[in-house]
Amino acid sequence: MVSYLIRRFAFLVVTLVLASIVLFVLLRLLPGDPANALLSVGATKEQIASARADVGADLPVIEQFVRWFSQLARFDLGTSYISGLPVGPEIAQRLVVTVPLTLLAFVLAVIIAVPVGFVAAYKSHRWYGVALSAVSQLGIAVPVFWIGVLLVTFFALRLQLLPAGGFPQDDWQDPAAALRSLALPVITVAIVMAASVTRYVRSAVLDVLGSDYLRSSRALGASFAEAMWRHGLRNASVPVISILGIELATTFLGAVVVESVFALPGLGSMLLTSIAQHDYPDIQGVLFVSTFAVLIVGFLADTAQRLVDPRLRASVSGNRGGGSGGGGRRRGVGPASTAVPVAALPGTTDPGVVRS
Amino acid sequence: MRRRSITLAIGAVLVGIILATAVVSFFWLPYPPSDIGGGRLAPPSAAHLAGTDKLGRDLLTQLMIGARIALQVGAGSVAIGGVLGIALGLATAFAQRWLDDGLSAVLDVLIAFPTLLVAMLVVAASGASLGSAILAIGLAMSAVVARLTRILAKRVLSLDYITAARVSGTRWPGLILQHVLPNIWPTVVVNLALQFGLAVLAEASLSYLGLGSPPPNASWGSILQEAQGTVLVAPIGAVAPGVLLVVLVIGVNLVADGLRDVGDPTRRGRA
Repeated sequence: MVSYLIRRFAFLVVTLVLASIVLFVLLRLLPGDPANALLSVGATKEQIASARADVGADLPVIEQFVRWFSQLARFDLGTSYISGLPVGPEIAQRLVVTVPLTLLAFVLAVIIAVPVGFVAAYKSHRWYGVALSAVSQLGIAVPVFWIGVLLVTFFALRLQLLPAGGFPQDDWQDPAAALRSLALPVITVAIVMAASVTRYVRSAVLDVLGSDYLRSSRALGASFAEAMWRHGLRNASVPVISILGIELATTFLGAVVVESVFALPGLGSMLLTSIAQHDYPDIQGVLFVSTFAVLIVGFLADTAQRLVDPRLRASVSGNRGGGSGGGGRRRGVGPASTAVPVAALPGTTDPGVVRS
Repeated sequence: MRRRSITLAIGAVLVGIILATAVVSFFWLPYPPSDIGGGRLAPPSAAHLAGTDKLGRDLLTQLMIGARIALQVGAGSVAIGGVLGIALGLATAFAQRWLDDGLSAVLDVLIAFPTLLVAMLVVAASGASLGSAILAIGLAMSAVVARLTRILAKRVLSLDYITAARVSGTRWPGLILQHVLPNIWPTVVVNLALQFGLAVLAEASLSYLGLGSPPPNASWGSILQEAQGTVLVAPIGAVAPGVLLVVLVIGVNLVADGLRDVGDPTRRGRA
């Protein structure tokens, strides 16, 4: 386990470095000189040159990267071109909205999805089991911003129960007001996420229900609840946990989109504004923090999975991909959207082409 | 099995509706897309079946064009993501150990990138055009497809009959064409179908965020965003694009589900 942790952590560090390189290259490949963002249209050549020197755009690319990277290593994300303020604190300020939104939505989604998925599997031959899984199918095809618009229309504009958007100026000074502002966004994201988590839970529970060990346990005299408690839940939780990391990342992205439905001053709106203004340090900062978060969540999910599943804990040898497909891993775990044991691999953080 | 063919049929019908709408939109539209003669926010009538938007443009016309755009986005990004992803996946599967490890790590990183955020960035920087959205989504998709292809191909390559084929002198192009592709394509096609739906949703998000091309030649996401402010007066503009998106994505997902069971006999009869 310790050697796995070390290897997995090393992989995390490598991916973070790679990610920062990819991000840096991507931003440099895009058209548009960063200096343009600083100046108005009629700027003279000298002004352009001095602006470029100010932001370091006149240096060789390698040197720019070294500068950026050494700043990053000191947790310094640079200074905004537009506002002149440091990027790091600005992002921290935005996270005050985005992080609670993401976490609350995620927790709510799991709270909904686990029992619903269980019932959908356990009663898969009854009409309500079928109905639950049909609704979850529907849920994954619904764009998250549309749910947001519908909820705003109904609960905020029609019934006037909750605010339609915005966030208190003083952030969390008044927790009740902050929570009221977040209520609809949280529900919006949670509905969509719950649908997709439900499908994983259902599929995992179905696998367990059809397993030999559950039948053996029943045959040895255990009641269904006992057998499920002792053997079923833990086995069912393995694929679900592995997928939760990915789902958390997707929740975060959903939050970014939903912020714009509800005019929340979070990371998503910061990204949109900075993109509109070609504010490269801001863009870079937001993307880096987001990617960083996704990668770390992936690391935590993989580690949690190891803790739950002794079979994975035992198989220390790096079976990265392919081959036998990993020790105790069954074929076909996970519902349609992965279709393949993508989740069976360590290092699986798969927001994929993001659904939202 | 019977239930599965029903799944496939329902999916095909849903996709067919959208496809037919898109095809018709090439030959016939109720009004010219930028015709603003309908009066602002008119309710549905015989002249404007879905009413008009806040500038007086016919909504049905816009929704029909939206169908065309959604399918373009799906097909375009799946084409890019599929070709690139499968090629890359096969290449890593056949590569030396060290190269394979290196490329897999890069793929993991690319997959970890929040696609939507990167797509937002690319689209914004290169101008909010449909092409750049398709390209960005397709590239992001290729990493996912590549990893899937690699896993599947590796599994096939570890089988005995591959060793036998190698020993009897089959080169890698032969291996790919005769053994690997026929074995992996059902799963890959199913995944591409799912990716199609995800791509459509991703583009809708982009254009909802204001990073798509604006109406009248708009995707459903932009129509929805435009209509959001007037949802109480004219709900159709905010509701219909969402419904159509759901119809298309569900249809594609059902087709994918149905295809999986056709392609994989071992899953038949499973719930």
